Amino acid sequence: MSNETTVLAKTELLERSEVTGTQLDELMGNLMSHQVDRGELYFQNRRQESWSLDDSLVKNASFSVDRGVGARAVRGEKTGFAYADEIRPAALEQATDAARSIAKQGDARSVALRDELNVAALYQNDDPIRSVAQEKKVELLSHIDKFTRDLDSRVKEVNVGLSASQDTTYVYNSDGSGTGDIRPLVVFQISVIVEQNGRREQGSSGGGGRHDLNWLFETAAAEDHAREAVRQALINLEAVDAPAGPMNVILGPGWPGILLHEAVGHGLEGDFNRKGTSTFSNRVGELVASPLCTVIDDATIPNRRGSLTVDDEGTPGQRTVLIENGILKGYLQDRMNAELMNTTSTGNGRRQSYAHLPMPRMTNTFMLAGESDPEDIIRSVNFGVYAKAFGGGQVDITSGKFVFSAVEAYLVEDGKLTAPIKGATLIGNGPEVMSKISMVGNDLELDRGIGTCGKDGQSVPVGVGQPTLKVDEIVVGGTQA
Amino acid sequence: MSEMSTALELQPQEHHTSADEDELKALVSRILAEAKSQGATAAEVGVGDDIGLSVIARDGDVETVEFARDRGFSISVYVGHRMGSTSTSDASEEAIEETVRAAMDIARYTEEDQYNGLADADRMATEFPDLDIYHPVELDVDTARDSAIEAEQIAMDYDERMFKSDGVRFASGSSCGVYGNSHGFLSALRGSRHSMSVSVIAKSENGMQRDYWMTADRDLRKMDSPASVAETAASRTILRLNPRPIPTGSYPVIFENQVAGSLIGHVMSALSGGALYRNASYLVDSMGKQVAVEGLTLREHPHLRGASGSRTFDGEGVATTEKTFIENGIVTNYVLSSYSGRRLGMPTTGNASGVSNLEVETERQSFEDLLRSMGTGLVVTELMGFGVNTVTGDYSRGAAGYWVENGEFAHAVDEITIAGKLDEIFGNLVGFGDDVDTRGNIHSGSILIESMTVAAN
Repeated sequence: MSNETTVLAKTELLERSEVTGTQLDELMGNLMSHQVDRGELYFQNRRQESWSLDDSLVKNASFSVDRGVGARAVRGEKTGFAYADEIRPAALEQATDAARSIAKQGDARSVALRDELNVAALYQNDDPIRSVAQEKKVELLSHIDKFTRDLDSRVKEVNVGLSASQDTTYVYNSDGSGTGDIRPLVVFQISVIVEQNGRREQGSSGGGGRHDLNWLFETAAAEDHAREAVRQALINLEAVDAPAGPMNVILGPGWPGILLHEAVGHGLEGDFNRKGTSTFSNRVGELVASPLCTVIDDATIPNRRGSLTVDDEGTPGQRTVLIENGILKGYLQDRMNAELMNTTSTGNGRRQSYAHLPMPRMTNTFMLAGESDPEDIIRSVNFGVYAKAFGGGQVDITSGKFVFSAVEAYLVEDGKLTAPIKGATLIGNGPEVMSKISMVGNDLELDRGIGTCGKDGQSVPVGVGQPTLKVDEIVVGGTQA
Repeated sequence: MSEMSTALELQPQEHHTSADEDELKALVSRILAEAKSQGATAAEVGVGDDIGLSVIARDGDVETVEFARDRGFSISVYVGHRMGSTSTSDASEEAIEETVRAAMDIARYTEEDQYNGLADADRMATEFPDLDIYHPVELDVDTARDSAIEAEQIAMDYDERMFKSDGVRFASGSSCGVYGNSHGFLSALRGSRHSMSVSVIAKSENGMQRDYWMTADRDLRKMDSPASVAETAASRTILRLNPRPIPTGSYPVIFENQVAGSLIGHVMSALSGGALYRNASYLVDSMGKQVAVEGLTLREHPHLRGASGSRTFDGEGVATTEKTFIENGIVTNYVLSSYSGRRLGMPTTGNASGVSNLEVETERQSFEDLLRSMGTGLVVTELMGFGVNTVTGDYSRGAAGYWVENGEFAHAVDEITIAGKLDEIFGNLVGFGDDVDTRGNIHSGSILIESMTVAAN
């Protein structure tokens, strides 16, 4: 985030709303006039446009603008929070009045804003919504519809979606620092329904990142996703019932990294560990996974969906080692939880919008490559399941139980992939499953950029990744007991 | 602890008045007029205005106080059968012009779809009975905090194995929604919602377990007492301690009342017009067909007084009506908006905003009788994950609960999955409890399923 970004963000958020620097300092003074430790004003303007095709028609598109400011006051473990969905001095004053009420009135304090920081931006400032003409978006969707239907006569339904957003933020902390960020995000998604002898199955694929829409026109990404969705749907037409019970499971590279997001990532977020409610609480330095495992959260990969030049508290995005050779190294922190745990923020303070409180959240979370040839991993299994693609997952932080649901999987018999099987949910306990990882492939892949993580009702874009992994035992939730 | 007192004076307006309603209606009319002047042949506008307070207490003190005030409007314009949609929170004159223009701009590029358009004018709601859903209270941080702390203490004192509080949340909110369209329909609906949830952690030598309980109602006075919520949360958490393994196999399964609604929800998703016209449902062409046991009827009561899902009109201004979707196991209605209805050659059912207060009508028995008739099997109290495929009806989800032997609690169970096919599950519903949970939009008691595959460690 160069100074240029901060200047652009301030122009968009403050100058356009005729909020002056003096007014900002007065508002911060107002927020801090009670006995609070720290305060923050978070300004945001998010514009989003989405196009969708259904039934071979681009029948609707939508454009939205969400603009506002959140005021937070923190005292110890206490937080006062209020927001306004307009950036006007009167609304801002009301929000700061409400937020500071978490603490008693104190002495007047004055804070003077100074914009600072010079972090290399991980993405462009340009508006992704306007990166491509409207006609071209419509043409692309229609082209992909025809392309997909031409791939196989069994394709009966095609839904294609394209969305682009630009999220402009400016955070003013009571330590005087002011930091802006301008985040592009684009997503392309396709889902198909195929039909054969009265049986219907679906397949889907998608991708995107923090860049503009030209990637869809300069590469074959859209066609690749269309082929992938059709391939997955056709495979599922042949799927047999999945087995039930504990068994060997191989997880393919890339998106199956949702394993790490659920089994490890959430349990290492600072808020749960400060409160001691995570299965990983007070376990730094302990072996919590197989020594083959090194797990990283990295916000600094250019143009990735989960990347952040700075987080929503103005802290630069970082690369944080969570688990190294099986040993728990540290937690993901925002400012508040870091302060309460006597450490520093890891740049993981994120919020869905100005109307939500920041929390420690993941960015791009993945496992580093190991040494095994993926083919050898498959050859090592006598009977089990190979899962290639997943839908969503969920975790109970306290017990460590997590689930994730396969949408494309195969039986492994005598070291070979055999029949495709129906989608099934896998369930395990985070630290136990991590300790049962017995082979790690040399084929690390990151996902293609469609992940959204939900926590306490707040959604943020994230990335995951992993090499091929072998888990010696995890419960597969099929129907064949 | 007294630090919160200043908050009281800071919220000058704590609920919606008829003046707010009038202001929102004027805004909607203004936007509709702007759409017309910019060349829209039809338009519709929805405005939502929400006010809320949430107080979270933990370890005997307030932890977080959040004040919410949201206003947003969404607009759809039609130029013939072309459509464009926009939404924004900015209601300034300049923003209205810009937002309408953005919608008109989109409608220049979208394609003609003969099914696009407003719902038919003769379907607009004309009667607006009082639904008894608006009971705002003066927002009071102190009262919320005191109730929360009291509940937390009761929960923590419930059993010596209680380990930690995971927070007690008291929330209260009021909303005012206005919908108008170029047929001349313009109406408002005000509602309130209050809730309290207690989340606690218990610990034994076999590890920590967390569970929670929540009370919620349109009317604060009808909520369960803090003590009752606390005791339910604590007893549910204790029940989850010391889970033991069970062998993988096929067993009868009871979905406890608060998770039973999710099962009903899956069949309703499969009956939704959007899924049906896209062939994305295992219930395509199911009208008039048997899709569940004969004993099952699903009826919605949109005008049920005081209920969480009550409404007089849907998101297109269409009058909501009482109706069955499944009657004696047979599909009698799909869940349709005007668009999905036109696609399927049927009139809208007034369900553009989903179903309202869906009641599971069956012969009911007590939960104890349900346990006895199951004999030995699994009671599911919590579900995890997203493993439900509405296209094929394949069902596979993570679960936790307890094992029952001879109709009695035997031990907690976790780290299991339950799997089956929705059509088979709905063909094998063999018992319904009278413990109907009315907190959400689907009112169901516990449900006994003859057999599902349970995978366990």
